[in-house]
Amino acid sequence: MAVIDLSAAEWTAVTLSLRIAVTATLVSLPLGIFMAYALARWRFPGKVVLDGLIHLPLVLPPVVTGYMLLLLFGRRGALGAPLAEYLGIVLSFRWTGAALACAVMGFPLMVRPIRLSIESIDRRLEDAAGTLGASRPWRFALVTLPLALPGVIVGAILCFAKALGEFGATITFVSNIPGETQTISAAIYTYTQIPDGDAGALRLTIVSIALAFGALIVSEIIQRVAKMRIASVE
Amino acid sequence: MISVDAALTLGHFALDVAFENDAGITALFGRSGAGKSLTINLIAGLERPDRGRIVLDDHVLVDTAAGIFVPSHRRRIGLVFQDAQLFPHLSVRQNLLFGRWFAPKDAGAIGIDKVIDTLGIGDLLDRRPARLSGGEKQRVAIGRALLAGPKLLLMDEPLASLDSERKLEILPLIESLRDEFHVPIVYVSHAIDEVARLAARVVVLEHGHVLASGTVEDVLGAGHSAFEESRFTRSSVIAGKLAGVDTAYDLTEITHPAGTIWLAGRAGPIGREVRIITKATDITLSTAPPHNLSVRTSLAGTIARIESGDGPLAAVTIDLLGHGQLVALATRKAIDDLKLADGAQVFALIKTVALDERTVATIQS
Repeated sequence: MAVIDLSAAEWTAVTLSLRIAVTATLVSLPLGIFMAYALARWRFPGKVVLDGLIHLPLVLPPVVTGYMLLLLFGRRGALGAPLAEYLGIVLSFRWTGAALACAVMGFPLMVRPIRLSIESIDRRLEDAAGTLGASRPWRFALVTLPLALPGVIVGAILCFAKALGEFGATITFVSNIPGETQTISAAIYTYTQIPDGDAGALRLTIVSIALAFGALIVSEIIQRVAKMRIASVE
Repeated sequence: MISVDAALTLGHFALDVAFENDAGITALFGRSGAGKSLTINLIAGLERPDRGRIVLDDHVLVDTAAGIFVPSHRRRIGLVFQDAQLFPHLSVRQNLLFGRWFAPKDAGAIGIDKVIDTLGIGDLLDRRPARLSGGEKQRVAIGRALLAGPKLLLMDEPLASLDSERKLEILPLIESLRDEFHVPIVYVSHAIDEVARLAARVVVLEHGHVLASGTVEDVLGAGHSAFEESRFTRSSVIAGKLAGVDTAYDLTEITHPAGTIWLAGRAGPIGREVRIITKATDITLSTAPPHNLSVRTSLAGTIARIESGDGPLAAVTIDLLGHGQLVALATRKAIDDLKLADGAQVFALIKTVALDERTVATIQS
């Protein structure tokens, strides 16, 4: 970049942050849509508990969420140990672990707008599709999902933005390893801990602002296009 | 043929209905809250009955005793909602073709072009539902249901949200579904003129139960007071035959054993059976044939019963000569002054100007 002269290490932090945020968003999106649909449309025992669990990372201190992830998914954790032993998947102190932490933190922000947009769809549109011969999966794919698209986009962008800036849970769960788990936020934090780090922190701050702003603009554009395609759903 | 016998309790509302429909249109008639829409939802498979059996053309759709419940998408029963419920994200064309995509190959009997032509929606195909008027939306909704190749079409007050001009536009289309596409229809309505015009049979619902069922003349003949909202909507239905047209005065002559009914304008081909809906407030009673009066229609009959209370008005039901019944509203004072009583001979006078095309329905030949 010509305007801001980033060092190789800083570039690594930026691309790593993007990779983690994109992975966290894309991997959690199908589950987020499913959860939003279940909470919006189904009645089942334990719904309140599930709703609470999803929202928990929003109200807990991020360090607590990160520590719980460490307990669960650490090398000797309840889920981490079998994952490593049988599937060879290690999350702790890896960028994939950072993506998991970001996904957990961003999940409530993703589910909420999707759920709201599904709730605003007249159920009788799905009924109408049913009487026209569409089975449940088809009703979802052809009616519910396209109509909920604006909410899905908002949810994905919010999750992405949260993932891009996540700090507390990530640094607790996967530490701050340059090249592996050092995101923009962690790199800025590191700069603030060393003498003469101000210039580096400022450079990454500007990059951070640019990325967040870019995400907002992209979401606005996609939403407008989606709304125009649906042409006023009232 | 659809046969329904089902019960369902939702909160404080208990529905328990049983009726059958073969060809043609069966009307589910009753006030709002009588259970009409719930009955429709049971047939469509959108609600599950607590107890009951629903059979369509020898296919058991629901049998609670045998644990059978066919989901809505495998019933091949079309549903036209009161508010159309078109898919807002799809064009009119995509809406029309939605059901066709899921329909089995043998459902292709109904041609797309013929449906588009009949419904007059050829110019709308590339539009989105948000840019259609209420009448246009309803026409597209009818086409969408029809093109899925249904074995039965359910229509849930499809005209209720339209103004009277749009209604007159859509009514003949529903008649053509019956006459040209030969789809049996269960038609929900609380408007007696729609029911009398479209249906061969009528099932009257009240508080979740079947109050009466049978042919339109039998059931609605003397306009049950039970399901009229006010004295201004109390009506009767009589059947007659289009006998001829008086071209000099532009009047249509309808014959009935009790007398000749004159109608302003033309009303369909000569020889057709028609139903005439007359409001109880539009009928004048006379003890003698009318002289020196402008009224042209005079029907002879005898009084079957007089319903009156302490109020100023009384409802007089008249057995017409030949067949049919009429109900007329008069003041209690008039009844006493004319010494009207059960069995008395009377003439029911109907002003021709009180009848219009909305009140006359041609019956399927």
